[in-house]
Amino acid sequence: MTRTLLALAGLTKAYPGVVANRDVSFEIQQGEVHALLGENGAGKSTLVKSIYGLVKPDSGVMHLNGQPFEPADPKAARAAGIAMVFQHFSLFDALNVAENVALGMENPPPLRDLAARIRDVSEQYGLPLDPSRIVGDLSAGERQRVEIIRCLLQDPKLLIMDEPTSVLTPQEVEILFETLRKLKAEGTAILYISHKLEEIRALCDTATILRLGEVVGDCVPSDVSAREMAEMMVGGTLHVPEREAGPEGDILLKLEGLSARSPQEFGTPLRDISVEVRAGQVLGIGGVAGNGQDELLLALSGEMPTAPQMVQFKGQPIGQVPPNARRGLGLCAAPEERLGHAAAPDMTLTENAALSGKTRKNLVKNGFVDWGGARDFASVIIDRFDVRTPGTENVARSLSGGNLQKFVIGREILQDPEVLVVNQPTWGVDASAAAAIRQAILDLAAKGAAVIVISQDLDELMEISDNFAALNEGRLSAPRPAKGLTIEEVGLMLGGAHDMEVAHVDA
Amino acid sequence: MDLSSINPLLLLASLMVASTPILLAALGELVVERAGVLNLGVEGMMITGAACGIIFSTLTGNAWLGFAGAALGGLMLSFLFAVLTQVLLSNQVATGLALTLFGLGLSALLGQSFADARPPAFPKLDIPILSDLPVLGPVLFRHDGMVYIGLLLVVAVWYFLSRTRAGLVLRAVGENHEAAHALGYRVVLIRFGAIMFGGACAGLGGAYISLVRVPQWTEGMTAGAGWIALAIVVFAGWKPLRLLLGAYLFGGVTVLQLNLQAAGLAIPVEYLSMSPYVATILVLVILAAGRAPGSLGKTFHASR
Amino acid sequence: MITLERRPQPSRAWSYLSPLLAVIVTMIVGGLVFAALGKPPVEAIRTIFWDPLFGDFASYFRPQLLVKAAPLILIAIGLSFGFRAGIWNIGAEGQYIMGALFGAGLALAFYPSEARWLVFPLMIVAGTLGGLIWAMIPGLLRVYFRTNEILVSLMLVYVADFLLDAMALGLLRNPDGMGFPGSRNLQQYPAAHNAELIANTGMHWGVIAAFFAVVAAYILLSRHIFGFNVRLAGQSPRAAAFAGVSADKMVLICLGLSGALAGMAGMFEVAGPSGQVLASFNVGYGFTAIIVAFLGRLHPVGILLAGFLMALTYIGGELAQMNLQLPRSAIQLFQGMLLFFLLAVDVMTNFRIRFGRQKVA
Repeated sequence: MTRTLLALAGLTKAYPGVVANRDVSFEIQQGEVHALLGENGAGKSTLVKSIYGLVKPDSGVMHLNGQPFEPADPKAARAAGIAMVFQHFSLFDALNVAENVALGMENPPPLRDLAARIRDVSEQYGLPLDPSRIVGDLSAGERQRVEIIRCLLQDPKLLIMDEPTSVLTPQEVEILFETLRKLKAEGTAILYISHKLEEIRALCDTATILRLGEVVGDCVPSDVSAREMAEMMVGGTLHVPEREAGPEGDILLKLEGLSARSPQEFGTPLRDISVEVRAGQVLGIGGVAGNGQDELLLALSGEMPTAPQMVQFKGQPIGQVPPNARRGLGLCAAPEERLGHAAAPDMTLTENAALSGKTRKNLVKNGFVDWGGARDFASVIIDRFDVRTPGTENVARSLSGGNLQKFVIGREILQDPEVLVVNQPTWGVDASAAAAIRQAILDLAAKGAAVIVISQDLDELMEISDNFAALNEGRLSAPRPAKGLTIEEVGLMLGGAHDMEVAHVDA
Repeated sequence: MDLSSINPLLLLASLMVASTPILLAALGELVVERAGVLNLGVEGMMITGAACGIIFSTLTGNAWLGFAGAALGGLMLSFLFAVLTQVLLSNQVATGLALTLFGLGLSALLGQSFADARPPAFPKLDIPILSDLPVLGPVLFRHDGMVYIGLLLVVAVWYFLSRTRAGLVLRAVGENHEAAHALGYRVVLIRFGAIMFGGACAGLGGAYISLVRVPQWTEGMTAGAGWIALAIVVFAGWKPLRLLLGAYLFGGVTVLQLNLQAAGLAIPVEYLSMSPYVATILVLVILAAGRAPGSLGKTFHASR
Repeated sequence: MITLERRPQPSRAWSYLSPLLAVIVTMIVGGLVFAALGKPPVEAIRTIFWDPLFGDFASYFRPQLLVKAAPLILIAIGLSFGFRAGIWNIGAEGQYIMGALFGAGLALAFYPSEARWLVFPLMIVAGTLGGLIWAMIPGLLRVYFRTNEILVSLMLVYVADFLLDAMALGLLRNPDGMGFPGSRNLQQYPAAHNAELIANTGMHWGVIAAFFAVVAAYILLSRHIFGFNVRLAGQSPRAAAFAGVSADKMVLICLGLSGALAGMAGMFEVAGPSGQVLASFNVGYGFTAIIVAFLGRLHPVGILLAGFLMALTYIGGELAQMNLQLPRSAIQLFQGMLLFFLLAVDVMTNFRIRFGRQKVA
C-alpha cells in the first residue's frame, strides 16, 4: 500500500509572453518512479524548479506528506527531503568532489569525514568516485555521479532527475537504472524527467505528460506503446525524413591523424582522428557530451588551427586555413551553442546572417558591408526555414531556441557548402522543427555535399547517417555503415560503461 | 654615491612597512575576486581611505580611530560599487574605473582643508624580549600595530577561504554563480559582503599611507598603489599566502629605490621612481598567473 | 518588491535618454554637494554650464571649448573601439604624454629649422608613433604573455609621467632657459607651432583631426567590416572567433588605434595650447576621455557631444573656481559622479523595472 508523498494542485506559473505551467496537478507516491514527460519547452523544468524552491508559482498549492509545502528556496526544499540532479550540472569545475558535495548539503560534516562517506555511498551504489579529484577533470558521466551522490547523502524522500541520461552511454544508463531501482526499493520516490520514451517504459511506474505547460494525460508506461506516448507528447503525427541514398562521390573532406589540445580549460584533446567523407554522404558522429565534440567542430571550422595535413579539403591541406577562407573553399560549420557561438545574442538577424555568410554570399565589398544584401539573405533564411520572428531587425536572443536553431542551420545550408559540419543540429528543438532540419540536411547531401553530423541523439544519427562513428575521450572509432547497427554495438563504440560496475543490490 | 649608507637591516624593516598598504588593499581585492567580482576601484577606495584616515585621526586625535574611519570610508565607496554592479548590473570594469575617478575627486575635496594637518603619532609596538633579539628584533618586531594586523589578516583570509564553510561558499559563488544560485546560495548578498570587505581593506591600506608612511595628506598620494595591489592579486594566483610574497617583493623594490635615491645613485631620480611600476609589469609578464575564478567579472542576473 | 526583467530587445529610447538623465541627475546631486560646501548651488551649476557659452565673457571661453574638447574627443574615439571590443586601454594618459614627447622631441631635434612643410607633418607622424608604441607594449604583452592590458597600460601612465619629468629636466630642457625646467616653447618656433588656423576660434589642427576622427569612426562602425568585427568581438568573443575574427589581431589593432590617436592628441597639445614639455603638461585628459567615451555611449556622434560637455565642465569649473572659489577637486568629483550615474541609469537600456510583489499562492 503506497502513500501520497507529494501532491500538486493547480500549479500555474507565467512569464512575460509565455505561460510555462497552467493548472498542473498530479501526485507522486512514496517509492514510485514517476515520469514527467514532455517536449522541450513543455514546462517540465519550470515545474520541477517550483518543487525545488527555485521558482515561486503564481498560484496553486503543493502538499508534502499531507502538509502544505511552499519552499522559499532550495535550502527549504532540501530540508524537506527533496533533492535534485540538474540537467546542466550545478557543479564547480575548480573545486574537488568533496567540496562540491559539501556545497549541496545543509550541514556537511568536516571534509575528511565527508570524503569517507562519499567513498562508502559510491561503493554501495556502484558509482565509483574519488573525493579528492577536481571536478573539471571528470567525464560527464562521473560529473553526474557527483550530483547523484550529493543527493543521496541527504537521504532524500524525493529525488528529482532532470534528463539524466543525455550524457550517458547505453551501458551507463543501465547502471544508473540499477541504482535508481535500488533507491526505489528503499522507499525513495523519484521524479524522472525525460523525453526518451523507451527509457521511461523501462524504468517508470507512472507517467504524467505535459504539453505547452498543461497536463495532457497520464499512463502506466509499461502498458502503452512508445508511439502512443509520443503522440500524446507531440499532439500530432510526426513527419519522418525521407532518405534517398545517392551514388558514392569523391572524397571531399579527409582528416588524417588529427590531434590537438583543447583551447578550453578542462576541455578534451583530440587524439589521432582519421576519417574520410565523400560527396553525397552523411557521417554521423555519436558520443557522450564532453568527449571532444566541441574541439572537433573547432578544428573543422578553422577556429582551432592544426597542422596543415591533419585537415584536407579535396586533397588540399587546410589545417592552418582560417575560418573565412575555409568558407570560401566551401566548408561551412554550425556549432552547438546557438547563443554566443553560432550567433551573437545582441545582434540582429541581419547582422547574424552576415556573421558567417559574408564570404560565400559576397556581402563585403572593399571592406564595406553590404547591409542590404545581408538583410535579403536573412529574409531568405527566415522564409525558407520557417523561422518565427517579426523580422530581420530583431536580435538573436529574442528568438526561441528552436527558431534560432533553424536560422543558424539554415544560414549554413543556404550557402550551398560542399562540406557541412553541424554539432547537435536539433538540440532543444521541437519534434516537427527537428524533422525539418534533418530533412534539409539530407536534401543538402542529396545535392552532392558531404555532411558531418555530430550529435548525442542516437536515434537521430541512426535516422540520417550513412556511416556512423563514435567519439570517446577525443578518439574517433572507425566508421561503420549505420544500417544494421544494434544499440549494443553502438554502446560499445561509444566507450561502454567506462569504469562503472553494476550496483551491489544486496546492501 | 655611497651604497654603504644603506643599512640592510633597516632596509628589511622598512620593507615590511612599505608593503603594508599594498598588502592590505590586495588582500581585500583578493576576497572580492574570489567571489567573482572584479573591482578596479581599489585606487579610488585607497585614496578615499587615506583622506578619511587623516580627517578622523586629526579630529579625534587618535590614530586607531583614523583607521576605523578610513575603513568606513572605503566601505561606503565599495557599497556604491556593489549597488551599481550587483543590483543595477553595470559593467564591472567601467564601474571600477568610475569608482577610481570618483574617489580621486572625492578625496581631494575631503582632504583639502587637512593639507597642513599632522596626524597623531602612531606608536610602534615594542614587543618585550622579541624586539631585543639581534637582527630579527629590528626587522620583525619593532613595527606598529597595523603591520601585524595586516599579517594576521592574511592568515585569517587564508583560513577563511580554505578551511571554513563560508569561505567555500564564497569560492563557489566566484567559480560558478549560476550553479551556486541553483543550489540556493544568495549570490548577490555574498558578493555585497565580499565587496565591502574589500572596500574596508583598501581604506585601511590608504590610511596607512597617509597616517604612517608619509604621514600627511597630499592629493593623489596613493600614486598607483591600488593598481599595484590589483596586479599583486593576479601575481599571487588568487592565493592569500602568495600575496604576502608579492607585497613584500614590491615593498622591497620601493624601499630599495628610495634608498638608492637617498644614496645619490648616478641615475636621475625619475628613473628610479619608475622602477616599482616597471617591476610590476615585468612580474606580470614573467610569472604565469594561476587560474582566475570562473565567474570573475561576469554580471549575474537570476532570471528563470 | 522591485525586480529587474531583461528586455527582449535593448531599448533604443533609453540608450539615448540615459546619458541625458545622467547629466540631469549629476547636476542635481552636484548642486547638493556644492550647497554642502556652502556655495550657491544654482549659481554654481549656471557658472559651469551656462556662463562659458552665454555669459559675459563667452567670446573668450567659446574658443577654449574647442581647444579642450579636441583632445578629449580624439582620445575617446580611439578608446571607444577597444571598449566596444572588450579591450581596456586605460593608459591613454601615458600614450598622450608619449605622443607629446615624441612630437616635441622631433621638433626640437630640427630646431631652429624653418621648413614647416617638413617639420610639422613629421611631428604628427612622430606623435602618433609615440602613442602607438606606448600602447603596443600592453598589446604585445597581452598577445604573447597573456598579461592583463588594464594593469600594464595603467602602470605605463606612471612610467610616462616620470619620463616626462625626466625629459623636462634633462634631455629636452631649454638650453637657453636659465636653468628653469621645461623645453623651448614651441609656440615661438614657427615651423613646429600648432597655431590657431583662424584667429580667436580655438581652431587648430588637432580640432580638425578630432572632427575627421569622428567621421571616420562613424563610417567604420556602421559600414565597414572592421566596425562589425569590433562590435562582434565585444559582445560575443566566441561568435567572433566563429566569424573568423582573430582575437589577437583585434587586441593589437584596438590598442594601436587608441594609442595612436592619444599620441596625436598629445602632440597637437604640446605644439599648440600648451607649447612646452613640462612636468605639469598632462592634466588628465587621458582619464577624462574614458568618461567621454562612455558618456557618448561609445558612439562617434555621442562622443562628439560628450567631449564638448566635458570640456564645458573643465572651463566652467575654472570659472567657478575664480568666481565662487569652488575647489578644483569638486569639479573632478562632479566628472566622476557623471560616469557613475550614467552606469546606474544604463540598466534601463537592457532591463525593465517591475514594481509590485510577485503573487505567492
